[in-house]
Amino acid sequence: MKTKFALAATTALALLVASTAAQAETLRLLTWGGYAPDNVIKLFEEANPDITVEVTLSNNEEMVAKLRATGGAGYDLAQPSHDRIFAAQQEYNIYKPLDLSKIDTASLAPNLLEGVKANATIDGALYAVPHQWGTSGIVADVSKAPDVKGWGDLCNPEYKGRTSMRLRRTILLGTAFALGKDPFALYGDKAAYQTMLDEVTEKLISCKDNVKTYWNGGDDLSTLLLSGEVVVSEAWDSTAFKLYGQNKNLVYVPPETGALAWIDTFVIPRKGEADDAAYKWINFVMKPEIVKLMSDSTGAIAAVSNGIDLLPDDKKAAVQAAFDEKDLANLKFFANIPAGLEDMEGKALERIKAATSN
Amino acid sequence: MPRTDIGKLSFILLFAPFALWIVLLIILPQLGIGYISLREKVGPGEYTFGLANYAAFVSEPIYWNTLLRTAWMSILVTVMALIIGFPVAYYIAKIAQRRSRAALFLMCLIPLWVSDLVRAFGWIVILRETGLVSSFLQKIGLISGPVEFLYNDATVVMGLVYTVVLFMIVPLVSTLDGMDNSLIEAGYNLGGSRLTVFRRIVVPYAMPGIVAGCIIVFMLTAGSYLTPILLGGKNSMWFTEQIYEQFVTRYNWESGATFGVLLLVFTSFVVWLGLRLTGQNLASTVAKD
Repeated sequence: MKTKFALAATTALALLVASTAAQAETLRLLTWGGYAPDNVIKLFEEANPDITVEVTLSNNEEMVAKLRATGGAGYDLAQPSHDRIFAAQQEYNIYKPLDLSKIDTASLAPNLLEGVKANATIDGALYAVPHQWGTSGIVADVSKAPDVKGWGDLCNPEYKGRTSMRLRRTILLGTAFALGKDPFALYGDKAAYQTMLDEVTEKLISCKDNVKTYWNGGDDLSTLLLSGEVVVSEAWDSTAFKLYGQNKNLVYVPPETGALAWIDTFVIPRKGEADDAAYKWINFVMKPEIVKLMSDSTGAIAAVSNGIDLLPDDKKAAVQAAFDEKDLANLKFFANIPAGLEDMEGKALERIKAATSN
Repeated sequence: MPRTDIGKLSFILLFAPFALWIVLLIILPQLGIGYISLREKVGPGEYTFGLANYAAFVSEPIYWNTLLRTAWMSILVTVMALIIGFPVAYYIAKIAQRRSRAALFLMCLIPLWVSDLVRAFGWIVILRETGLVSSFLQKIGLISGPVEFLYNDATVVMGLVYTVVLFMIVPLVSTLDGMDNSLIEAGYNLGGSRLTVFRRIVVPYAMPGIVAGCIIVFMLTAGSYLTPILLGGKNSMWFTEQIYEQFVTRYNWESGATFGVLLLVFTSFVVWLGLRLTGQNLASTVAKD
């Protein structure tokens, strides 16, 4: 009886070991559209034959909502922006601390790494490393709107019915800068922030007539601009650079108050099951030859020291057409959103959306 | 008594899928939503129970205005779907040749083979400023410059009617199909005018279909998400969008759940009110033999 049991147990164990060894590991990636192009996945799977990559495309809000719903399970690697780490981790506990010794930090751009470290460290543990960065600003059709300078031009009556924006927190911040405020400086003072938000809300409601519609993703934005229905719009620089490739009149304009810069990061969800594969992916996509393929697909700049040089030629031309040294020095990086502020911003956005226009 | 045992067993087996479906997919999630809606957030990860989420709904005019607007536009869509759907259903059930009836019915069904999303994008392609209608009207010289047909309430209502009208036609056809033509003939023989026959014979007979169709259409419209958002653009304010925003964009499950409960309660109330005002009840219409 005893030997029989022992035999059965050994067989079961052997089977278990055999099956895990034979079974390929899966890396479940939760990321943005374009951040896991097929050619990069293919190269990665060739380099790591025991890993298969599964991709789910999403955006900042949905990534956090998905991980929150499962307590951080279901994915092995996710890519929220750097300002979406701190509060989400504090409130929902959905990420795992990273082991920096497993990441090739030497290749990362030091200023971006420091920026993310400052934003994503809780109780001494680091939760994110940078991957790609880019900015939000204005895209303008220079043949029809040559004098566009900043966020304020979205509400310029000269372009009535010909402007567009994305009704999210970026436009609140941009409009605040255009009104001469510094929202990031007011982050610590809720009352002052609310006063500023009220002013911004009023501005954007009065501006609603001027706006054709609000765009939701890169695709609607592209259609609106390429068809000529919209001539000035808030835009992600990556989308704008792609458009520049199709129509040289569509130029990205960093607002004079400073383009708003975001960094998309790598985080490991709390219940991720393939940490080693996740680290392998992080190190893999930071290799110079992969960075080039990746930037070609994302249109954004990799967070490595010579990120701009590693852009494909057409995108490099677009970046050089858009930014000069002064613009680059004037970038405004999104600061961590303190708890409670997002609620206030959400209310402001609802008010703008619900306001009636023509 | 083996026979009754078998009867019992087959009853249980036949009933089980339905019971599982209703408990696991309808009742349990609703209870979960109800539970979350009563949870108040105090701080990060801290909650108490109370009605604060409902109070927040009442005190914020944006929220209940959106709910009222959604209900009002859904009623409008329901009425228009009935006005458009009734003649179509009457034609299919009573006037068309028996042979062509199936083909006509099928033609009504075909749009449903394409997903909601694709149909909404179809409308966008047709109605946008650089779209088909605008450029056609410019070509024949009716308008001088491009016109934007999207992003207003009329387009949203039209898109919704188009999406749901079929759910009005199907129950109407099946009720009208059961009506004996001799009833109508008798009406005419007794000296009734067209209007009287329609009002006193056809409509009362079709009432179960009308009520069923109206309930389905109203519920579908009030709960639709894609069409109002895609066609409404900057001016769309639909309650379902509000729920999505709360859950996903603002991470506020508590108020999202509250809105979900309120939408369910409110639409149920509207249906009840509609039945009351027209002097109908569910037993005499939808569940009629």
